[in-house]
Amino acid sequence: MNWLIAILQTTLFVALAPLLAGWLKRCKCYLQNRKAPSVLQPYRDLLKLTNKQPVVSEQASWLFIKAPYIIFSATILAASVVPLIAVDLPTSASADVIVMVGFFAFARFFLALAGLDVGTAFGGMGSSREMTISSLAEPAMLMAVFTITMTASTTNLSWAISHVLEQGLVLRPSFVFALFALILVAVAETGRIPVDNPTTHLELTMIHEAMILEYSGRHLALIEWASQLKLMLYGVLIANIFLPWGIAQSFTPQALGYGLLAIIGKLAVLAIILAIAETLVAKMRLFRVQEYLGFAYLLGLLGMLSHIILEASR
Amino acid sequence: MKAGIVPIHVWLPEAHPVAPSHISALMSGVMLKVALYGLIRFCFDLIDKVQWEWGVVLLIIGTVSALGGILYAMMQPNLKRLLAYSSVENIGIIFMVLGLAMIFLDNGHPDLAALGFLAALFHAFNHALFKNLLFLGAGMIQQQTHELNIDMLGGLIKKMPQTSMVFLVGCMSISSLPLFNGFVSEWLAFQTALQVDVLDNGVLRSLIPVSAAALALTAALAAACFVKVFGLTFLGVPRSRHSEKAHEVKDKGMLAATTLLASLCFLVGIFPSVIISLINRVSSQLLAHTLPNESVLSWLWIAPVSHEQASYSPPLVLSGALIAGCVCYWYLRRDPAKAIRIAPTWDCGFGGLTPRMQYTSSAFTMPIRRIFAKAWIIDEQVNKDMQGAMNQDVAAVHYALHIQDHSWPWLYQPLEREVNNLAKQVGRIQTGNIRTYLGYSFVTLLLLLWVIS
Repeated sequence: MNWLIAILQTTLFVALAPLLAGWLKRCKCYLQNRKAPSVLQPYRDLLKLTNKQPVVSEQASWLFIKAPYIIFSATILAASVVPLIAVDLPTSASADVIVMVGFFAFARFFLALAGLDVGTAFGGMGSSREMTISSLAEPAMLMAVFTITMTASTTNLSWAISHVLEQGLVLRPSFVFALFALILVAVAETGRIPVDNPTTHLELTMIHEAMILEYSGRHLALIEWASQLKLMLYGVLIANIFLPWGIAQSFTPQALGYGLLAIIGKLAVLAIILAIAETLVAKMRLFRVQEYLGFAYLLGLLGMLSHIILEASR
Repeated sequence: MKAGIVPIHVWLPEAHPVAPSHISALMSGVMLKVALYGLIRFCFDLIDKVQWEWGVVLLIIGTVSALGGILYAMMQPNLKRLLAYSSVENIGIIFMVLGLAMIFLDNGHPDLAALGFLAALFHAFNHALFKNLLFLGAGMIQQQTHELNIDMLGGLIKKMPQTSMVFLVGCMSISSLPLFNGFVSEWLAFQTALQVDVLDNGVLRSLIPVSAAALALTAALAAACFVKVFGLTFLGVPRSRHSEKAHEVKDKGMLAATTLLASLCFLVGIFPSVIISLINRVSSQLLAHTLPNESVLSWLWIAPVSHEQASYSPPLVLSGALIAGCVCYWYLRRDPAKAIRIAPTWDCGFGGLTPRMQYTSSAFTMPIRRIFAKAWIIDEQVNKDMQGAMNQDVAAVHYALHIQDHSWPWLYQPLEREVNNLAKQVGRIQTGNIRTYLGYSFVTLLLLLWVIS
């Protein structure tokens, strides 16, 4: 039964990710006075791509063809760890938050290798930039996560969320710092403005798009889907750790339905905030990103210190 | 010093690459551990009670070594030098975790000390596995292409498929990706660091998470470094004639040895509890303590502290990965009409992509070089050859990049100068005159007689 719900939750994760992307796009279009596509447009795009014949460069090796499947599976595994509608599921016990970060690293490793595989300058450029940014983002992310795990004294996400639920609404300075740090990292890691622009195809600015330039057809669909999943994952992480109210603690259909509604509502609000931020902020130069991520790290560190100084029990 | 700790590590990247690859493998994988063995024997066995201050010293030295090692490794275009620098990094990680173990031991938490000790020894074991694998792989590349400069390699994945497979496993282990052995020991290291809440000292409680974040940075940089190694060596288009003409290693023994190491890397990553229970026996002898709850340690799970705090189950994760991968693979490949079409690489419509247009080692690491610019002594020169009527047209551009360790000018060269100066001072008394020497002997004799009387 528990396993069934875990599988259901992961499936929901995968199924809802394009919807979030569509909603985000709609919000952005509305803010920028453009005519918005339907929220279902990402599904149509994915369907179109899977039905097309993929074209692969003659220089590519087996790694290039297998990489999308590896990236997609690694992202799904990361998603299965994060509680979406219910806590205390068996999948979240099989891996904790550090393993989740490890899955992201796994996906990124293969994405960067695939970028280098074809032997063009674009791919190398994207890989180099992506690895640089992610290696700066990872300590900042872990710093924010450590603040939470030290408060809850567990690295298991499900237990951490239960802990926050038990404590009730308490204003903790460490959580506020950690929240902001995690938001900054999430924006950097999912390749949104101001770090990367998912819609750009200008050579000098693209990071993620440069790596996947040679992909087409179902391979491209998988990679796009994986990046939508990653966006949703960060959103759920932020929503459920810092505002976990509504998540199901028992496995009755009522509680699960309520949990689903709660998370959809939270994500919709988060997407609106992200859309406003993306509309207001301009993209940064690549070599300003270090300052941005350094700031995120500092926030995480402040959260950690304020936990130790102000909140620790002794 | 034998362990190659920053800043006295400079001999290591000079010495290890010169040896034949199988010897360098032993040097990096095994000989460095001798220093570690001595340290552990001394600190945990010979000394009765180790002070936690020494643990802090080890933690800081280890952090500096880990970060320094990987940053220097990143800038090396020579494959074996890079691997040698990466040994510095891994030894740094082991030192960090040993330092944590000492801190916990002296503060009265021997079970957590056992956890840190376990993480350190496990990482030492893993490092021996994947570093040997990578050095042997580098040897195979060198034998087939006569080249170790990764800027001259490329495209080997098609010429040497089996070598590339085992090398990929090595790269993934050393970048501590889940499902491989490097991840398990790093995970244990993080779990040790996250137990700081039990300590009373506030400074320690804030210092240790910062070093854990440094460990995260190290791991992420290592991943970037080995993406560079694998990507430039095996992927892309061959950058030189030698790598274009390379072919698979014929010697069965070479392939068998590396395949064995690679499968060990994978198996230890999936079933780490076998090795953990072995090391647990060591820590029970040395620290008289084992992991807190031995019952939660089974073949399926590792949960070092308790199930509520953290657990990791590689077999479950592996099965999940296989299911997810197979489902989407099967779903997408069901239609034979949509088979892959092979076409030339997109060249922006200009035509004529050459291997020289690919990213090189120095290009790949350029953003990191710029961000951490203070970590090296960088000498970057761009010279243009001018020609034409007004001497305005650029005929050729020469680019030279030299990157040096800070240890040389700041530690070794002053030391060398001082030793030379001292030798010159000593040289003054060597007049070459036999009478003076007899006088020295006489004075010495008198002094000695005076001392004993």
